[in-house]
Amino acid sequence: MTVFERSSRELKEGLHNGEFKIVDLTNEAFSRIEKLDGDVQAFLALDKEKAIARAEELDKVPTEERGPLFGLPIGVKDNIVTEGLETTCASKILEGFMPIYDATVVKKLRDAGMVTVGKLNMDEFAMGSSNENSAYKTTKNPWNLNHVPGGSSGASAASVAAGEVPFSLGSDTGGSIRQPASYCGVVGMKPTYGRVSRFGLVAFASSLDQIGPITRNVYDNALLLEAIAGVDPNDSTSADVPVPNYVASLNGDIKGLRVAVPKEYLGEGVKEEVRQSIMDALEVLRGLGATVEEVSLPHSKYALAAYYILSSSEASSNLSRFDGIRYGYRAEGVKNLMELYKETRAQGFGDEVKRRIMLGTYSLSAGTYDAYYKKAQQVRTLIKQDYDKVFENYDVIVGPTAPTTAFEIGQNTHDPLTMYANDILTIPINLAGVPAISIPCGFHEGLPLGLQIIGKHFGEETIYRTAYAYEQATDFHKQTPQIWEGK
Amino acid sequence: MAKLSKEEVKHVAHLARLAITDEEAEKFAEQLGKITDFAEQLNELDTTNVAPTSHVLPIVNVMREDVAVKGLDRDVMMLNVKEQEAGQVKVPPILED
Repeated sequence: MTVFERSSRELKEGLHNGEFKIVDLTNEAFSRIEKLDGDVQAFLALDKEKAIARAEELDKVPTEERGPLFGLPIGVKDNIVTEGLETTCASKILEGFMPIYDATVVKKLRDAGMVTVGKLNMDEFAMGSSNENSAYKTTKNPWNLNHVPGGSSGASAASVAAGEVPFSLGSDTGGSIRQPASYCGVVGMKPTYGRVSRFGLVAFASSLDQIGPITRNVYDNALLLEAIAGVDPNDSTSADVPVPNYVASLNGDIKGLRVAVPKEYLGEGVKEEVRQSIMDALEVLRGLGATVEEVSLPHSKYALAAYYILSSSEASSNLSRFDGIRYGYRAEGVKNLMELYKETRAQGFGDEVKRRIMLGTYSLSAGTYDAYYKKAQQVRTLIKQDYDKVFENYDVIVGPTAPTTAFEIGQNTHDPLTMYANDILTIPINLAGVPAISIPCGFHEGLPLGLQIIGKHFGEETIYRTAYAYEQATDFHKQTPQIWEGK
Repeated sequence: MAKLSKEEVKHVAHLARLAITDEEAEKFAEQLGKITDFAEQLNELDTTNVAPTSHVLPIVNVMREDVAVKGLDRDVMMLNVKEQEAGQVKVPPILED
């Protein structure tokens, strides 16, 4: 048993009436990690001493000055910089890198009174769907340790699913929050592009990347997004749009909600058990008073190809900063500067990162630019228009998050294209820049399934309202993996 | 478009500043060939007169007031530099002799 079974509201209540202190909650996170992380392998770095010192300070703050997340522990994905706490993006090229400032989201967590306990594993530079591309360790799925947790925010989802921490932050470029949330049976939100500042998020594909919250229930997720969202002078792509009080709209009422179900989201490649769980979820939404209709997003099948060209092109440019000069790994025994660059990067990056840097470099080269990069940007416009059109008549779009449940470790590593196919249902959302959540909607052979709810630009409120109503009508989110209780 | 040749992969690796062995060039040529083949399907779509999208929000020219703000201290910025001397970053020779 752990108190992390409780929601943020119950934890706040426990703190308020003196059942436990903030330092107890912080210690609980470290003792859960000590007990379970040998199996789950979620954390790359822990910040125990500082976290406990901070918890002791926070315990002195009068209760009336505390917000809803005050004193609660959180894990942070390792591509989000944390001052004085090693940040590697799970890459050898950033081994030992000590950030000299905090990301805006990390500052905001601190302002909210949260306690960062450590950094979470991921696919190297967020490139991957399984956490098998980490240079350091392979995180396991808490529901079945032989299966992947998903990726790239695999450890962000696994650490919450295992009850090591009640909250985490991930990042999502093509599904990297939602797909692991689906695989691990937790709640993960990819906000609207520009909703959350990217300052201090190590860039993968700048026009697609967003930071978002992973939690065990919808209410906590809405609270955490509210804490990290908002315009930031340090990120010129952050949007100057007021942040709503998301939890205020969680009333369970979705009567008259217009739900669109794209036929492309239940087509080829989507497993029968996944399709069935969505059919059941649609019945639940109907029962709550929503109207459900089939629609078409005709350009969906082109999203995967457009995404890999665009994200790799942006990555090839963003990752050029890793050159061995100012930070990170530096090759030894080289003759000149060119060799230093080439050897540092060849030794420091893993294969998947190299593949994407080369694909991106190729797509942007003279002679191929128009055929690949520009073409993909035009296709992106068509995909975005598909979504704009559906949202003229509907409030949310609903479908599965991933075409299957979590696959076995090692099953998809031989062929990059089959690995990429895990993201066919999440990628179009990043290309369109709209927000989407994944919430638990069932199990198949002991592994969780995820329901994806997609909204309009800055329509997170409607997504949360829908997700909360569904969650209250079901009990999938109340289940915990066997590992939860210890072996 | 033809599959990528080993020589093309080596050229791209040079542009990307990645040292690459013959063996790796062969492996990447095959894998990147598959991926670019897959990307060919985009040509099924007629995109004449479709404007390219680079960013999804209509944000343009984000300015701040032109007031100087203090940057980070040099000591702090040098924290992660492996080779340095007297507050300067050291690199190997940039010219061949």
